[in-house]
Amino acid sequence: MTAIDLGIPGLTGVPTTDEKQTAKDYKSDQEVRWCPGCGDYVVLNAVQSFLPSLGLKRENIVFVSGIGCSSRFPYYMNTYGMHSIHGRAPAIATGLAVARPDLSVWVVTGDGDALSIGGNHLIHTLRRNVNLKILLFNNRIYGLTKGQYSPTSEEGKVTKSTPLGSLDHPFNPVSLALGAEASFVGRAIDSDKAGLTSVLRQAAEHRGSALVEIYQNCPIFNDGAFDVLKDADEAQRRIINVVDGEPIRFGREGEYCVIREGFGLAVAKSADVDASDIVIHDASDLNLSFALSRLSTQDLTHTVTGVFRRADRPTYDDSARAQVNEAKATKAADLSKLLHGKDTWTVVG
Amino acid sequence: MSTETRKLDRVVIRFAGDSGDGMQLTGDRFTSEAAAFGNDLATQPNFPAEIRAPQGTLPGVSSFQLHFADYDILTPGDRPDVLVAMNPAALKANVVDLPDGGILIVNTDEFTKRNLTKVGYDSNPLEDDSLDKFQVHKVAMATLTIGALEETGLGKKDAERAKNMFALGLLSWMYHRPTEGTERFLREKFAKKPDIAEANVLAFRAGWNYGETTEAFAVTYEVAPAKLNVGTYRQITGNTATAYGIVAAAQRSKLPVVLGTYPITPASDILHELSKHKNFDITTVQAEDEIAGIGIALGASYGGALGVTSTSGPGIALKSETIGLAVMTELPLLVIDVQRGGPSTGLPTKTEQADLLQAMFGRNGESPVPIVAPQSPSDCFDAVVDAARIALKYRTPVLFLSDGAVANGSEPWLIPDVDSLPDLSVEFATDPETFQPYARDPETLARPWAVPGTPGLQHRIGGLEKQDITGNISYDPENHDRMVRLRQAKIDGIEVPDVVVDEPDGNARVLVVGWGSTYGPIGAAARRVRKLGLPVAHAHLRHLNPFPKNLGEVLRKYDKVIVPEMNLGQLALLLRAKYLVDAVSYTKVQGLPFKAEELQDVLADVIKGVSA
Repeated sequence: MTAIDLGIPGLTGVPTTDEKQTAKDYKSDQEVRWCPGCGDYVVLNAVQSFLPSLGLKRENIVFVSGIGCSSRFPYYMNTYGMHSIHGRAPAIATGLAVARPDLSVWVVTGDGDALSIGGNHLIHTLRRNVNLKILLFNNRIYGLTKGQYSPTSEEGKVTKSTPLGSLDHPFNPVSLALGAEASFVGRAIDSDKAGLTSVLRQAAEHRGSALVEIYQNCPIFNDGAFDVLKDADEAQRRIINVVDGEPIRFGREGEYCVIREGFGLAVAKSADVDASDIVIHDASDLNLSFALSRLSTQDLTHTVTGVFRRADRPTYDDSARAQVNEAKATKAADLSKLLHGKDTWTVVG
Repeated sequence: MSTETRKLDRVVIRFAGDSGDGMQLTGDRFTSEAAAFGNDLATQPNFPAEIRAPQGTLPGVSSFQLHFADYDILTPGDRPDVLVAMNPAALKANVVDLPDGGILIVNTDEFTKRNLTKVGYDSNPLEDDSLDKFQVHKVAMATLTIGALEETGLGKKDAERAKNMFALGLLSWMYHRPTEGTERFLREKFAKKPDIAEANVLAFRAGWNYGETTEAFAVTYEVAPAKLNVGTYRQITGNTATAYGIVAAAQRSKLPVVLGTYPITPASDILHELSKHKNFDITTVQAEDEIAGIGIALGASYGGALGVTSTSGPGIALKSETIGLAVMTELPLLVIDVQRGGPSTGLPTKTEQADLLQAMFGRNGESPVPIVAPQSPSDCFDAVVDAARIALKYRTPVLFLSDGAVANGSEPWLIPDVDSLPDLSVEFATDPETFQPYARDPETLARPWAVPGTPGLQHRIGGLEKQDITGNISYDPENHDRMVRLRQAKIDGIEVPDVVVDEPDGNARVLVVGWGSTYGPIGAAARRVRKLGLPVAHAHLRHLNPFPKNLGEVLRKYDKVIVPEMNLGQLALLLRAKYLVDAVSYTKVQGLPFKAEELQDVLADVIKGVSA
């Protein structure tokens, strides 16, 4: 039985198993070596807990990572895995996905790995829509090199490399991904296991590139970067969780909502607007998804979570295989004929 | 009228014109005619890096040189016997290579005051005495072509564009070439534009008839077919042969191929060719950059395909970190470097062999990589199949060092029987009971190739140092030392054939050692000095890492070792370091292949020096 029978497009072609799996099955024998309190533990735990529900054969799951703290992730997964080169995981995973339709391929990366040294591969992978699930752990700092600012750090950040404050304007990773016309973009917060699991599941089910940005706390070099989102009261005012097809309301009892304003969106109090003015999320609408991404600000006044965009378009790897399969079906692989070509001449003895 | 026919054993023709004049096509067609006639041949295109440099200027000159003979030849020829110059720029850029008494055929229509001034001619060389030492034929090719096409109704501009076929027709008449192939070719090439096809055929015939009916040419020439080994031949360029070798490796290993690559001169034709052969289970991915190209190839190899990436020198610089990862993860990977003039962007369309040390050492850490270099266009096929053998058998990246001369040059190729090609089949690891990611085959020291999807073999690999056997991360000092030595020992132990020394006389005291595309000029020079009674031995290396096992012994047999290279002595450096022999370099880096005559002089001097 394969996943196609389960109707999960993202996993079509990947063999499934009827054997019952638990999170434990996905834990490798390697000792986890992140710092105590690192948000990566929570994400690892969420992934290990969620994967069994997909019912895939473990040997058909591969985690590919780049370099950085988060990129140690594959060592802790009892699946196939490659800890590759700084920034290059999307490229390596693309080669694997193109060669092997029977694998569920995941990329684990960080804000430095994906957005700085590997920015080019990230945008092109998303543009091509390779069937990869990319988990971008964003802690807004370089951890493994011991605390330099990253491409998602706020302007003016004082770090070892920027004692007078950083000068760079940060990326909004979701906006960047949508700019590259990614077919699936989501965001979750490390501390919200239910929300993270929900986005991960939808990413796994999506056929094509899925970018999931995960806000993740670095307790050593950028502790508390997302604390305002973890305070129950603050979270109510700040986190806008979106669900496809539903009106975008948040806060206690839907106190706040999202309305259209000019070419973009704005936050309003639900009591102040007509219910029909509340934006209904449509994950297939790229412009709406992008406008939603702009509601998230670097200072976390508001942060949108959930699935911004989910749209069907052909994946690069499926299309590449289709070309090869079509060629194989219509033209015999006759090596001798190929080598001879059109113009030959024969020398006789 | 009667023309005299002289028999020649070899001729070198150079077609030169503006890059928009179709000189590459003209040369290519004459080559096909020579091949169909049964001559041995070798060709060398030479074109600017600019796609369309300003018309009529020196940087815009494109040329195609063809050497054909009634015996087996090794090079495209040092100098043309015949130069066809389609405009003043082509004349100016090429006439220096024409020996005194050489035949010069000039398209006079382009010799206008404006065109002459553009390239710095103060007076028209066709009207002064500067060309007196040549046999000059002034032909108004454009006018004659337009005249011949008058009745076709084709516009003047379109008609004029067929003048290269006029030139081809004229030369075909001069050298008694068969014409059917060219006419058939033109009709096929322009099948969708029959009027253009007919115009080109008419221009071709007009050129032929011009030679036949005017009395301008008193002599025509015949070059008899060559006595080549029995078999079926075709003409092939190095890049095509490389692509075909990759297809053959896929077939003989029964593996799919994934080519991850990025366009770069002069390697792009390998991508173009392979992208046509998807029916052989070949996937080509044009990546966003060089690094992604090799990343995709390595990812595919990890998944059990034969990963291939193709590039030129600057691309290798970008790929070096991933080559290092392939060394560390010990996965098969074929890395093709079609070398060009460097450093940096250098001379993109010109040849050089200055990436040897980059291939050998251009990575961080102790990162040994096998190196294979083809010696001629057709040799690319066998050499790349051998590179794939090494990659698959020893689970290692392999660097294939072609170069611009080999890649774009062409020659006849005795098409191999596909069943005689080596069996490259591989065995994937499957047994969970015995599997260890970094256990090694005792003979090859290769680790198991355990591809994702294999039950029970889940494991993690990566760029961090591995513990011997288990492949777990290890920072243990002793283990690192052991692993560095194991990786080196694996490459050092690769089986490569002994180098064969070409020494027909058996009494040489001088050995000339070369590698890669210098095979032709060195071989031709060696023949020439032997004809002068000066014995010389020639050893040519296909395997540069590891070297053949008998190489040290070969080097020490001779009083003098000379190493001609199109770099500043990179192979000589390696030979001196490894074998402690006093290898003497002869080097040139002009972006052009060696000429046999210059190497002849160099060898003769060295041989005479040793004898004295």
